[in-house]
Order: sequence, then structure tokens, then C-alpha cells
Amino acid sequence: MNLLNMTATELANAIKEGKTTAVEAMQAVIAQIEKYESTYNCYVTFDKEAALENAAKVQAKIEANELTGPLAGVPVAIKDNMCTKGVLTTCSSKILGNFVPEFSSEAVINLEKAGAVMIGKTNMDEFAMGSTTETSAYGITRNPWNSNCVPGGSSGGSAAAVALSECYFALGSDTGGSIRQPASYCGVVGLKPTYGTVSRYGLIAYGSSLDQIGPLCKDVTDCATILEIISSHDRKDSTSLDRKDTDFTSALVDDVKGMKIGIPSTYFGEGLNPEVKKAVMDAVEVLKSKGAIVEEFDLELVDYAIPTYYTIAAAEASSNLERFDGVKYGFRAENFEGLHDMYKKTRSEGFGPEVKRRIMLGSFVLSSGYYDAYYLKALKVKALIKKAFDNAFAKYDVIIGPVAPTTAPGIGESLSDPIKMYLSDVYTISLNLAGLPGISIPCGLDSKGMPIGMQIIGDCYKEKNIIRAAYAYEQARGKFAEPDIKEA
Amino acid sequence: MANVISDETIEYVGILAKLELSDEDKENAKKDMADMLDYIDKLSELDTDGVEPMSHVFSVSNVMREDEVTNGDGSESTLKNAPERHENGFIVPKTVE
Amino acid sequence: MAKSYETVIGLEVHVELATKTKIFCGCSTEFGGAPNTHTCPVCTGMPGSLPVLNKKVVEYAAAVGLATNCTITRNCKFDRKNYFYPDNPQNYQISQLYLPICRDGHVDIELPDGTTKAVRIHEIHMEEDAGKLIHDDWEDVSYVDFNRSGVPLIEIVSEPDMRSADEVIAYLEKLRLIIQYLGASDCKLQEGSMRADVNLSVREAGSTEFGTRTETKNLNSFSAIQRAIEAETIRQIDILEAGGEVVQETRRWDDNKEYSYAMRSKEDAQDYRYFPDPDLVPISISDEWLESIKAAQPEFKTEKMARYKEEYGIPDYDINIITDSKKMADIFEEATAICNNPKKVSNWLMVETMRLLKETNTDIANIPFSATNLAKLVNLTESGAINSSVAKTVFEKIFAEDVDPDKYVEENGLKQVNDEGALRETVEQIVAANPQAVEDFKNGKEKAIGSLMGQCMKAMKGKANPAMVNEMLREVMSR
Repeated sequence: MNLLNMTATELANAIKEGKTTAVEAMQAVIAQIEKYESTYNCYVTFDKEAALENAAKVQAKIEANELTGPLAGVPVAIKDNMCTKGVLTTCSSKILGNFVPEFSSEAVINLEKAGAVMIGKTNMDEFAMGSTTETSAYGITRNPWNSNCVPGGSSGGSAAAVALSECYFALGSDTGGSIRQPASYCGVVGLKPTYGTVSRYGLIAYGSSLDQIGPLCKDVTDCATILEIISSHDRKDSTSLDRKDTDFTSALVDDVKGMKIGIPSTYFGEGLNPEVKKAVMDAVEVLKSKGAIVEEFDLELVDYAIPTYYTIAAAEASSNLERFDGVKYGFRAENFEGLHDMYKKTRSEGFGPEVKRRIMLGSFVLSSGYYDAYYLKALKVKALIKKAFDNAFAKYDVIIGPVAPTTAPGIGESLSDPIKMYLSDVYTISLNLAGLPGISIPCGLDSKGMPIGMQIIGDCYKEKNIIRAAYAYEQARGKFAEPDIKEA
Repeated sequence: MANVISDETIEYVGILAKLELSDEDKENAKKDMADMLDYIDKLSELDTDGVEPMSHVFSVSNVMREDEVTNGDGSESTLKNAPERHENGFIVPKTVE
Repeated sequence: MAKSYETVIGLEVHVELATKTKIFCGCSTEFGGAPNTHTCPVCTGMPGSLPVLNKKVVEYAAAVGLATNCTITRNCKFDRKNYFYPDNPQNYQISQLYLPICRDGHVDIELPDGTTKAVRIHEIHMEEDAGKLIHDDWEDVSYVDFNRSGVPLIEIVSEPDMRSADEVIAYLEKLRLIIQYLGASDCKLQEGSMRADVNLSVREAGSTEFGTRTETKNLNSFSAIQRAIEAETIRQIDILEAGGEVVQETRRWDDNKEYSYAMRSKEDAQDYRYFPDPDLVPISISDEWLESIKAAQPEFKTEKMARYKEEYGIPDYDINIITDSKKMADIFEEATAICNNPKKVSNWLMVETMRLLKETNTDIANIPFSATNLAKLVNLTESGAINSSVAKTVFEKIFAEDVDPDKYVEENGLKQVNDEGALRETVEQIVAANPQAVEDFKNGKEKAIGSLMGQCMKAMKGKANPAMVNEMLREVMSR
């Protein structure tokens, strides 16, 4: 029995059946971590003793029949922008370099209740601002398929950890593609739910109206299982939805007969790498051969999603990140003269360049005289983008396209040109603006052997449609390739 | 339309955002912001007259709690991460002359 | 002064609402407590925390709006006001700019000449209060206490309709009366549960253009408001007379120095970058909800005055004063319900209570005794158990410590002496000892009886029934 080959749900079953234990599973992922961390750097915080201790506690509860859920005993990695009580939570930023929360995120609590055991906190772009995990204050994370490439971002540590079997699944957050794009680059499955499905309580905010927590995992079954567990109506989050349809595993059905799939021609135009295009189109053919009805259509306003997104996200971020000021928690500059100098030095020394860039932009677009021209305009375009999707979903059950225009770029290629980096989010970003769920599922490798992701997009509340389509595709595809992992 | 960000604007935004920028940072920030704004200006191509700005995707309203005390003494948790504290208070540089 | 000037004043009044919990979390709003004891992740801006609105805040705000003739915004929402200050844990304050809950109201104020004037209310919005900064006396540091952070406030913004300090005071008193009647706040200026910022400009008499205004903050009493208005008016006129220009700025009043100074520094850009708070959803006030808020409105002063006249038959003057404060009206009604003697209750409130409030510099809203004890005192006097001078002493005790008068009178042996034997003995002694006074009385000098009365009462330690003594003196002397 190779423990590491198992998915999260398979592992949970094996533990339940007494074939293995939570502790053995934890030891297995720890062995991976000890083997690969020095090269790939997926974790910001990893406490081996605590992880083993918690695994032992959970194992005892499983044996006492107190924990019977579908994730009991499964080791999980948590993105470092989710608060974890008593465990360092840095957002991969120097400004929170010593921050130990006094409470846990609702999503983490839901996982703990289900018996999942936390291994550690995964690396990310600082405050989730970035698409490569290169803006982390704690070093870059490398792509398991090629250590000279980025894992994507901002949930790059989570995606790479799943691909390296340094965990059985991970939580990420997605503000503009931050779950789906790294999942695509690392050849794993990632899902961003409908906005409001998973509580944001305890998620350190980047763009509050766009942020959503979701799973990164080995297959679609895990994805539906985990989502079912982390979804909840949380009264502590005013934007949390009261949904009765979160039995997502019921959508794990290998049947897409009659499912109407829209292919937005605007997602397959200029800028899309031909290898990515071919892989996604081939995957669509698979679904067609299984009885889905596929039709091309024009999704409007695609070109406007990125400017809209950066205006809204930067504006919200500039406000959300004001609280990091050296007064209540986190880093405080050592030398300063008076209050305002303390603020400025603390923030200038504590934040990295990309975060500062977005804070500056956000402060500007909200400032006196510019609010209407930029922020309000963006909120109006957001309404139009939402409308464009409404029109599309009047005709289609799901929309399918690529996750990103290319496979994972080389390390250092993106940071030099921020706008180019922003452009790589073109296919993912509009879902956050419209609140839609989307899943990224591996659908092939390019000629360099790097994974390609297909994105299946659903209407709000229609996670089941995308899970069903992804599951049906996965059944036809079979087991996906595995990276040839290099040790340091 | 090419945006040009003046020194004054960068200085002003620095005050708003409480960020201290070196001269080099300022030059970079001017360029970055101008590039981004050029890009964002694309939105002005769209006619949005009469479009209601959308803050929230869902039309959920009235999420409220009852007026009942649910929290006790939270001072230890509140102060746990304080960079500098004095007894039960956070220390900051004096805010009055 | 060569020219004549007119002062133009608008007010921004902040009122702390009387909710049990803060506006966005379940922390207590109770006063006092060691620093940061009434705090949680939400009201201290911990990363990952999120606000959830307290329903009662909306209801109080709407109730104040209805009582001040405002239009209630049926779909309103919260915005973030961004500025850095250590008492503001998120470095943004959740407030309302774009869609405040109430708009376009007015209150009528009575002017000294007997006319009334409407002061228009531009808007009322809901927001959160800031924490408190305590400055160290010796070191160059301040301490932050977030106990007040997140306490709900409404800000009532008037139009620039007031022209003098007297009008401002009348407006504030009217607002306070309405809000206290609603029970939405205790409105104590000294304790900061009501705070007024004064927007003031001057212009030449007859001009229709407004001058440049300043905003003066930190006004903790009506007298401070009065003085600050006078000082700011003179300051602005002096500037204009000298050919200068008034600078639009925020000024802080120092009541000890009777002087205000400009608060602005170059680090305060005063550009608050308001935008809708994405963490909170809109508030939609349905017809039903609004009706239920309306139905819960209390009886206000005007209605109360009419009812008192009808029900209690006490003088209009008394009614006016008693109903000028919700607290006093409540005590009046409650005490009257117990002792069924509105005239006497009213007398105690009008005379002794007012005197002691003034002497102890206590706000009417803080009347320190219970209606029950006042009612008991009325019963004690009416039954003849104590005489009026003892009653006055007992009342002072009630005012100071809210003592139970039944117990107090009993324990201190203050019961009126109605025992004829004991009284007669004293009267006989006093008459025997004062032959001259008796002579005077017999010669028709009515006054003489007064001094004898006084001596009798003194001998009886004030507890004698004065009516009985009087009667007995006349009887003994007439023999």
C-alpha cells in the first residue's frame, strides 16, 4: 500500500477501515516535506511535532468512533492568509512576521471538526497579491514539474504541496484566480466556489468583495468532498450565503448527456498559447463524445475584466491593509520620530513592492476627484460583466475555457512587467467579479512537459454542474501524469 | 491617453497610504501607476450611463445580529500580539504635543 | 467694528446610542472597565475579523429620524472612511456617506422672544466610535484603549440654520430631549455620550453668500459651546476686519484657555477615500419594520404636557419643567402612581430637587434617587408621620444616597411627636418661661407666637407636630 498515492478520500477510508492511521499518513507527508522542502519551499510554517501530536489525537478519536467524517485523519495544508489559532499566520509578509492569531478561520474550524489534521501553513504571494508566489517575503516556491518554473499564485505553496504529496489536500484563496491558476500550473484540481459559500471569517482580506476560500486537491472527488465540509452559513460573515444545496458530492456523477457547454471564442483568441488551446479543445471533445452539447459563443467584455478587477481589488486592498500599522500586532519599525513616521516606516519596511504598488493604486483611485472616474466606473462595468455571464448562463449549463494563457512561466519572468503578469489572469478574473464558481482540472501537458488546466465555469450556486462536468472528464481522462520530482 | 503622474501626486498618495518612498521608489511608482491608469482608462470606452454600480454580486440585505452581549473580557487576546504594551494598553508615540 | 456681521452656524452632533453591545460585535458598551477589557477581534481590527451589524442601532437611528421629521432611507448602506489614527483600529471608520439612514428633517426650537424656528437636519448617519488615547504624563507615549471602539453613534448633521449661541443651545436641548425621550441615548455632554462639533462662519449682515467656515471640536458642555462660538465669531471677524481670509480648517477648543487652535498637520490630507464597505450588506427597511419602529415611539413632551394637564391638574409652569426631561417625567409619573399625590410629588421635584441639582452641579438626566423613595416620603408627610422640616432633611438624604425614608425615619427616630401629653408638658414649660411674650400675645401681637413656636420645636428636636403645638400654645396662653 503506497500511502502517498492515495487521494484524501481514499486515505480517510483506509484509516476508517484500520488499514493505516492518521499518524502514518502524517509521517508519510512529513517524509516528503523533509525530502523536498529545501528545493520547493511550499511551507512558511511547518511544526513537525505539533502535526504528529495532532494526528495522534485525531487517530484516538477515530478509534473511539468520535470522528467518522470523510476527511478524518487526513493531513491538510492551509494557505498562510487564513488565521490559525496559536499558529503563526504571516500572509507571506514581513509585516505579519510574528503574528500569532487568537482564533481560527471558520473554514479551518470546519476542517478540524471533520477530523482533518493541519500540517502547516503554505507559502503565497504576499497578501495574495501576485500570480507566481514570487512576492512572498519568505522565499519563492518552485514548481514540482520544473523547479525553474513558478508554481503560479497566489496559492502557489498550496498547489505545489499537493503536487509534491507534501499534503493530501490544501486550502487556498482565490481573489482573481489564485486557486485555479496555480492548480493549473501544478497539475492539480482547484475550485473557487460561488462568492459567499465558504465563510471569509478569519481569511485575511485582500479584496473583500472578491475573496473566496476553496480546495486544492488531487482529484474531483476530493474537491467535492472538501467543499462540502468547508461550506457553511456563518453568522460572523455578513456576506456568507445560507445555502441548502451544499451536498456537492451528490454531483459526482459520470454523466454529461445533454449538458449544454458554451465555449467563449473570446477565450481562445490572441494571446492563448496554441498548445494550451489544443489541450483544452481536446478535453471539450471528450465531453462532447460523452453526450454534452457544445456550442461556441461570444462572451462579451472579456477585455474589460482586468482593468475592472485591478481597480476594485486595489481599492479594497488599500483599505483592508490600513490596519497593518505597527500598533496592535505584527512588525513595528525600530527607528521613527513620532506617530506618522512610525506608520510610514513600519509600512514601508513591512510591505513588499507589489503590495505597495497596489496600495498606492488603490489609494489613488479612491482619492478625492477620482472616485467616480475609476472606482465607481469599475463597479458599473462589474455590473455589465455580471450581466454578460447571466446572458451566457441563460443558454449554457457551464462555460469551458483555459485557466491561463500559458503553462507555468520561468522564475523571474513575470515580475519585471507587472501588467504582463496581470494579463495572465484574463480568464480567471471575471469569475471573481461576477461571483461565479470555477474549477481547474488538468487536461494535458505541453511539449516541455508542463501541465495545462481546463477551466469549467458555472453560474452562481451551480457548483454541481462544474463538478459533474469535471468528474465526467476525469473519468474519461484517467489518472493524470505525475511530476518527475527532482531532489535538491 | 497617456497618464502622467506628477511628483505631487505620488507625494500625496504616499501620505494617504502612509508609505515612505525613496526617490527611486517614487520614480518607479510614477511609472507603474501611469501604466496601470493607461490600462484602466480602457474602461472609459464603455458607455455605463444608467448602469447601477454593483458593490455586491448578490442582493442579500439585512444581515444583522440581536443586541445581546456575547463577548467577555477579551483584553489578553487583544493585547497578545502588541508590539509594545503597557499594562492593558497599546503603546504608541504620543499623539498630542 | 465698522461693519455689522452675522454668525452662521451648523452643527454635527454625535450621539452614543444606548445599545447593550457595540455596533458590529457582541462586546459590551458599558462604561468603565480596565483598558481593552470590552474588546474582541472585530472592534480591535484583528486580521480576518468581520463586522456584523447590530439591529438595534438601525432601530434607534430610524427612531431618532422619525422624531426629527426626517425621511428614512429605505435602502441604505455603510461606507468606509479611511484615515490613520491609533484610536481607529482598522484605520478606517465604518460610517455612512452615500446613503445615510435619515435625510431632510427638522426640529423646531423656541426662541427667547417666544417665536419658534425650524432648524433643518441635513442627514443622520450611523457609524462606529473610536477608542480612547491616554497620554502618559512623563514619557513621550500614549496608550490605546479600544473599549469605546465600535460603540454605536449616530451623527446628526444640521443645515447652517443657526445664528447665535442661544439658538445652538436651544437646538441641542431640543435634540437631547427627543433622544432621551426615545431612550436612544442618555445624551450626557460631560461624559461624551453627546458631542457637538460647531461649523461656523461669519458674513456681513444682509449678505446671502456664506463665508468660509471652520469646524470646532472638543466641546464638552453647553457653556463650552457658548464660549467657543463667541470666541470663534470674534476670531473670524477680526481676521476679516484686518483684511485677511478665514482658512477652512478643523480647530480644537481648549476650555481652560478659552481658546481654539488649528488641528491640521501636513500628515492629515483629509481625503477620506470613502467607498461602500464590501464586508457589510445593504440595509433594507420594509414598511412593516418602519411601522413597528413608529409604533414603539414614546409619548413626547407636547403630548405629555396635554395629558398631565388633564390627568394631574398641576400648574402649567410645573408641567413644562417636569416634562423638560424624560428622567424627571418618569420619576414624576412613577412616584405619582405610588402615592397618588401629583401636587406633592411635583413640589418636591420643582423646588427641592431643582435646588439640589443646581447645588451639586448634577445633570437632570442623572437624578440620583428612585421614584419609590420619593413617593414614600410624600406618604410619610401626608400621613403626618413626619413634619415638613424633618421631611426636608430626609429628602436631602434621599437625594444624596437614595435612602429608604421609612427605614431612615425609623432608625433615626424622626417620627413626628403627636403625643398630646408630651407636647403639653413642653408648651406649659415654654409659656411659663416667657411671660413677656405671653403678655405681648394677649395684647394682640400675633407675631409673639412665632418665637414661642420656635422654642417649642427646638425643645422637641424639630419632631413636634407644628399644628398641634400652635393650637396648644393658643389654648394655654388664652387661659
